[in-house]
Amino acid sequence: MSDTALDITLTVNGETVSERVDARKTLVDFLREDLALTGSHVGCEHGVCGTCTVRVNGDIVRGCLMLAVQCDGATVETVEGLSDSGEIADLQAAFEQRNALQCGYCTPGMLATAQDLLKRAQASRQVPSRDEIREHLSGNYCRCTGYHAIVDAVEAVALARVGGEQ
Amino acid sequence: MKPAPFAYRKAQTLDEAVALLGQHKDARLIAGGQSLIATLNMRLSSPSLLVDLNGIAGLDRIEVRDGMVEIGALTRHVQAERSDAIAQFAPLIARVMPHIAHAAIRNRGTIGGSIAFADPAAELPACLLALGGEVVATGPAGRRTIKADDFFKGLFETALGPQDVLTAVRVPAADANTRIGFDELARRHGDYAIVGLAASARADGTRLADVRLAFFGVGDTPLRARKAEAALAGGDVDAAVAALDLEPHDDVQATGKAKKHLAGVLLRRVAKQLMEPRP
Repeated sequence: MSDTALDITLTVNGETVSERVDARKTLVDFLREDLALTGSHVGCEHGVCGTCTVRVNGDIVRGCLMLAVQCDGATVETVEGLSDSGEIADLQAAFEQRNALQCGYCTPGMLATAQDLLKRAQASRQVPSRDEIREHLSGNYCRCTGYHAIVDAVEAVALARVGGEQ
Repeated sequence: MKPAPFAYRKAQTLDEAVALLGQHKDARLIAGGQSLIATLNMRLSSPSLLVDLNGIAGLDRIEVRDGMVEIGALTRHVQAERSDAIAQFAPLIARVMPHIAHAAIRNRGTIGGSIAFADPAAELPACLLALGGEVVATGPAGRRTIKADDFFKGLFETALGPQDVLTAVRVPAADANTRIGFDELARRHGDYAIVGLAASARADGTRLADVRLAFFGVGDTPLRARKAEAALAGGDVDAAVAALDLEPHDDVQATGKAKKHLAGVLLRRVAKQLMEPRP
């Protein structure tokens, strides 16, 4: 048996997927090349830029710092899944309204990372401060916006979601 | 870049992992992979086999017993960050956790991986040294413990042998007399620090005893500043700064001279923390 290619079965955006993958293939390359889910982007490929951020078993991870073979049995959600389910519709609208993207390369990772913070904000019913938003997004590079507009958009959604529940 | 080809095995038991390391001389262990996969992607490392530890049960527990906090090697950073036992009994580790990388990396990175990787600029190895902790490892000859003071040998080099699997780290459980301090100077939140300092001490009346100052980002390993420790135990912060026995080299972030100066700045800040009772 060759251990350089392995069969994996996982759930991606709600669908069960079974594929044979090279052991060396990262999760983000698997999503892009094998499943044609090109919403997750590849930037630095060493965990610094954050544009490959996806959710695995509900937690955000770097798609370039996890191997596809390690996702056997896992539940993976990409920006396509988050978008189609409507989970981040308000966040996407806020990004558009606030000009929180220009080229859009960082946006899938920004959305996944921001949604992680917003989910926690909803659970604790606390609106994060602008400093807390910046800190949570500090692992995601944006070379266009200068970040202010992104923080504006995330803050607006936090106020709307948490405020709306109070 | 993409990794060079390698084989992958998910070990189900510790014995299996140790045996695989024996059979494949250039195999590497993978836990959280947050440093290893980056080096694979950049082809700084090209093992023939990756042995994944994530399927081994029981390595992600946090337990407090016999005056020690034992943190299983597969404990994720996020688990430690949210653990009540860590907050109460290993407050230094709780304090540093938000400074380590970013949420997406803390979700995946492990405590054992960080210690075994032994990055001289990382927070956790310095914490283990500052707390006078120990490492638990299993190899072909069985289980052994290694004191933190004997563990970090050189740049990314530890006392672990080629067939050793780090299974847990242990630190003394904090009590009412435990004092801790931590600070670091980094360009951006979550970046590797230019210089950092993790410290612990015991309150002895109005004085400090057992002062341990572990600097990181200043050498090939986390480093204790023993002369400064002695001076600080005597209550003299100025003397402690003057006695700082560090010789940092220049790196991409700062000159050695600047690092030495910043180490003094950090020592003054951390000394203040050590002298205050914990809330």
